[in-house]
Amino acid sequence: MTLLEASGVVAGYGETQILHGVSMAVNQGEVVTIIGPNGCGKSTLLKTIIGLVRVRAGSVAFRGTDISSRPPEQIVRTGLCYVPQTANVFSSLTILENLEMGAFVRNSGQGERIGEMFQLFPDLARRTDQKAGSLSGGQRQMLAIARALMLDPVLLMLDEPSAGLSPAMTGLVLERIKDINETGVAVLLVEQNAREALQMSHRGYILVAGETRLEDTGPQLLNNPEVARLYLGG
Amino acid sequence: MSTLQNISTRIRRKWAPGHTIVLIVILAVAAGFLPFVKMGLVVNGVFLASIIALGAIGLTLIYGILDFANVAHGDYMTMGAYVALFIVAGVIAAIGAESQGLGPFTFGYPLLIAIPLTAAIVALGAIALDAVIYRRLRNWRVNTAVVSMASLGVAIALRGLVQIIWSSDTQNYPRESRQVFHLPMDVRIPPDNIFIALVAVILAVAVYLLLTRTKMGKAMRATADNPDLALVSGIETARVIRWTWVIGAVLAAVAGILLAVFQAHLVPIMGWKFLIPLFAAVVLGGIGNPYGALAGAFIIGVTSEVSTQWINPSYKPAVAFAIMIAMLLVRPRGLFGGQG
Repeated sequence: MTLLEASGVVAGYGETQILHGVSMAVNQGEVVTIIGPNGCGKSTLLKTIIGLVRVRAGSVAFRGTDISSRPPEQIVRTGLCYVPQTANVFSSLTILENLEMGAFVRNSGQGERIGEMFQLFPDLARRTDQKAGSLSGGQRQMLAIARALMLDPVLLMLDEPSAGLSPAMTGLVLERIKDINETGVAVLLVEQNAREALQMSHRGYILVAGETRLEDTGPQLLNNPEVARLYLGG
Repeated sequence: MSTLQNISTRIRRKWAPGHTIVLIVILAVAAGFLPFVKMGLVVNGVFLASIIALGAIGLTLIYGILDFANVAHGDYMTMGAYVALFIVAGVIAAIGAESQGLGPFTFGYPLLIAIPLTAAIVALGAIALDAVIYRRLRNWRVNTAVVSMASLGVAIALRGLVQIIWSSDTQNYPRESRQVFHLPMDVRIPPDNIFIALVAVILAVAVYLLLTRTKMGKAMRATADNPDLALVSGIETARVIRWTWVIGAVLAAVAGILLAVFQAHLVPIMGWKFLIPLFAAVVLGGIGNPYGALAGAFIIGVTSEVSTQWINPSYKPAVAFAIMIAMLLVRPRGLFGGQG
């Protein structure tokens, strides 16, 4: 079943158009990775889907409903949550407060959900009253993901969750994302570490200059010599 | 890890070393000056500071969450003072209630009734002004300087409204003369000032509890911290903004009433003239930081009051202004950091 479907999405900032008609889809339970050169519009695509950037043409549908003109605070209620690449925690708030803010629109079960997050990321449980701004890069990323999971999303979108992390920490974060997917949450991933990301992905898209250039399964993309040469660093 | 180590890391975690140094320097400088200063001026400065604090906390919250300098904040204070005058001298007096002095205070219980009523009226006014003016500007995504200019217009309009309704003449709440308290070191405290400090402390504690213990308060801090992340967390920014206006307006209205009690008169320009100490306190504490605004208010209040020992009192705002400029040059993020 198709969860998310973007068709012919055009978007940008001010005078600059970044996306020139992007079409892609995420099915239930899938991990989908978007790779592409810097500035091709990967981050803009996620921001447009979540409603931070306006859709100028085309449409975004989630679970069969058109969400292309909705504000983010309504979109997240439908089960689509998002982890930005930078500034993805409230740095002046504590770990616990960050998780509470993630659950802002939740009516019940907040305590249990926080408990589940602490099981998934035990590092966070030990310092609940620490300010998020004083966490290490890896811990901050874990908190950012946990915050986005507080609403039990059906689809989780992550923008470069490994940016700025050590290789070991990158492996750990991707491992957690795999765990999250195994609980039934679909994942849409934008990743610099294309090789590792494609290895754990069911499908992948290659985005170039604001357009979808190629779509295939994760392994097929990895084995494609042209993709390897252009986007995976040989 | 031993308990002692544990405690020390916890303290270190909450207190960045920068904060400790800043605090020690301020206290040391203050202590050095103390022997040469009239205690009465320091005490008076503390009372003045508690009024500045109420205005500055609201101003800094609005600055942090709505991202503009609300130049009309002083006139929200003026509005509060005059609406309370209307309730005390107009409505309650018309019912025929006696306005006798309450205990040691110059004012009677009508003022106690007027404070919450006025706060509610000014808060509703602030929400209405947001709906008519600021919400439109937000939707148009105009530059923050434009929004501040709009608030300048609101400030002038509000002052004009006060002058039309109550005239430009000096007015005052019905008051009785009262004995001042005499303390050692030649300190004289009018009983009203105790009331002013008490109300300010209660409100500051209430705001602190609201910001740290309630879901809406945390959402306000989250929105000030990172507006985009607040949006994608599902926080309804419209509600957060409404609450910010309510808190800012309530604090401003009460500050206006307390200022009218403190200086024992009302003039239409009273709030506008108070803007400089308000902004100085906000800048000193770091824009968007309510605790910083509180600390800034005390530094500004005491310093400008103590300065009258050597400088003509009419230069008090200039002292506040000088501190603000110095702060902007030396440490633009404020003593305790902020959005900068």
